[in-house]
Amino acid sequence: MDALKYLDPTVQFLLFSVLKIAVVFGVTMTFVAYAVLVERKVSAWIQDRVGPNRTAPPMVEFIPVLGPFLTRLGVFQPMADGLKFLLKEDFTPSYVRTVYFWLAPAIAVIPAFMTLAVIPFGSTLGNPDNKMVIADLNVGILYTFGIVSLGVYGIVLAGYAANSKYPFLGGIRSSAQMISYEIAMGMSVVSIFMLVGDLNLSKVVEYQAHGGWLVLKQPVAFVIFLVAAFAETNRLPFDLPESESELVGGYHTEYSSMKFALFFLGEYANMIASSAMMVTLFFGGWSLPFLGEPADGLLGGILHIGIFVAKMAAFMVLFIWVRWMFPRFRYDQLMDLGWRRFIPLALANILVTALVVAFTNR
Amino acid sequence: MSTKVVERKPLTAYERTYLPSFLGGLSVTWKHFKKTAPFLGNKPITMEYPEQKWVVPEGYRGAPYLVKDQDGATKCVSCQLCEFVCPPKAIRITPPGQDGKPADRSNAEKMPKEFEINMLRCIFCGLCQEVCPEEAIFLQKDYSLTGTSREEMIYDKEKLLKLGGTHAGIQKWKHKLEEASEQEVFPLTTT
Ligand code: SF4
Ligand code: SF4
Repeated sequence: MDALKYLDPTVQFLLFSVLKIAVVFGVTMTFVAYAVLVERKVSAWIQDRVGPNRTAPPMVEFIPVLGPFLTRLGVFQPMADGLKFLLKEDFTPSYVRTVYFWLAPAIAVIPAFMTLAVIPFGSTLGNPDNKMVIADLNVGILYTFGIVSLGVYGIVLAGYAANSKYPFLGGIRSSAQMISYEIAMGMSVVSIFMLVGDLNLSKVVEYQAHGGWLVLKQPVAFVIFLVAAFAETNRLPFDLPESESELVGGYHTEYSSMKFALFFLGEYANMIASSAMMVTLFFGGWSLPFLGEPADGLLGGILHIGIFVAKMAAFMVLFIWVRWMFPRFRYDQLMDLGWRRFIPLALANILVTALVVAFTNR
Repeated sequence: MSTKVVERKPLTAYERTYLPSFLGGLSVTWKHFKKTAPFLGNKPITMEYPEQKWVVPEGYRGAPYLVKDQDGATKCVSCQLCEFVCPPKAIRITPPGQDGKPADRSNAEKMPKEFEINMLRCIFCGLCQEVCPEEAIFLQKDYSLTGTSREEMIYDKEKLLKLGGTHAGIQKWKHKLEEASEQEVFPLTTT
């Protein structure tokens, strides 16, 4: 660590940033893999099943107690899944629009990861300059919305590129759905920034660390954001772009192997990003009511990261759980909910917040 | 006419918030989760299939196997009735021919040289069991046959006999013998 002190600040900053990117990317990928496992397990339990309980690399069965236990838990399943995706035949149908067909999975997955850049996933680590956020942007939330809305292109392009009817329908539905809910989502957070007075996400967390979680002050905004997040990530009950029962697989019907895996990855990375957003905006980010100060030691910093990850995981479970609670929305109901209920509600919320802020003068 | 008009009430304001369906969904999913999740101290409800299997009831029509008699001799006499009756033509019998190996048991003329059942064709209909004059073939309790090739799924005589085991309960020839010797007893008892 001493050698680091002699480097000039720019190099230090660069090194540290690269390290953060690598760690965040690695952790997110692991999270995605295990989110899939958790999804399969929780779904299984909700449906009175057992879930994946057999996959194990060779020799594991000889480890006493722990080996069979981990196998039953399905811990090795994600590895097998990943391997399967890598080894499967990557089939490109003859009738697709090749360039877009190749482009779409990449466009679907990149924005999901880019949003994670502005999320403050911890306070500081080691010394106060080491902020636990990859890019401490002053326009944090604007950046997020800009990037998130790019995600829809991946899906629309996939639907268009596949050149067959089901993916096409999926793509169309997805664009309509995402555009409608993005508005409600964007409006719901306006009221938050009225209270905080800053667009920087680190500042939002700081505000909550001292002034209480925003979910208590802005419950309406939270509900709108939550529902819109489900719609944005194409999760049930808003999984119209995929809806297996009517569109085969929706926009990714024609995809196989790693290209399909990228869509899959994108969806789960999006879930993680939305969970992280919700934690940051409404649930105090890395802070707990009695742990509000930025950590000054290594241990405190790690604790804060742990708190953030735990909150995020709770939201992931919510995402998974809700999947089994609702049937899929009908298309007109979806539009109705988005345009005729959430947008007016969000507007009213902004108005009320504005009035309260104006009269109390903060 | 007996037409019943289903009344479709418009949703109430409360129902239109989706809250009742949310709560209903939550309670249903939680009920099942509570019942199944192992860390809440539950045993799996489902059967762990390949390790545990259903015990099928008596008279179940599983895979047809050849059986041996009480002395461990092949019961089948290669009459080929089952081969003729089998609807999907799953059975193929090679008779011993004129100078083939003699039958295992003394009260039979011959036994098949080869007896094959293609388990991929067999429909477990039980006609072979019904038609067999020697009670040599029975549908037993195996219902899950697996193999890695088509050839493997054609069971030959040796395999069928091994899987079928002895059927000591049905000893047709013993009874026939008893019947025959009884007929030798004079005078015939009349009623
Ligand atoms: S059970 Fe039916 S199908 Fe199977 S071998 Fe016997 S007669 Fe043929
Ligand atoms: S199994 Fe029965 S019916 Fe078939 S050839 Fe043998 S004796 Fe005849």
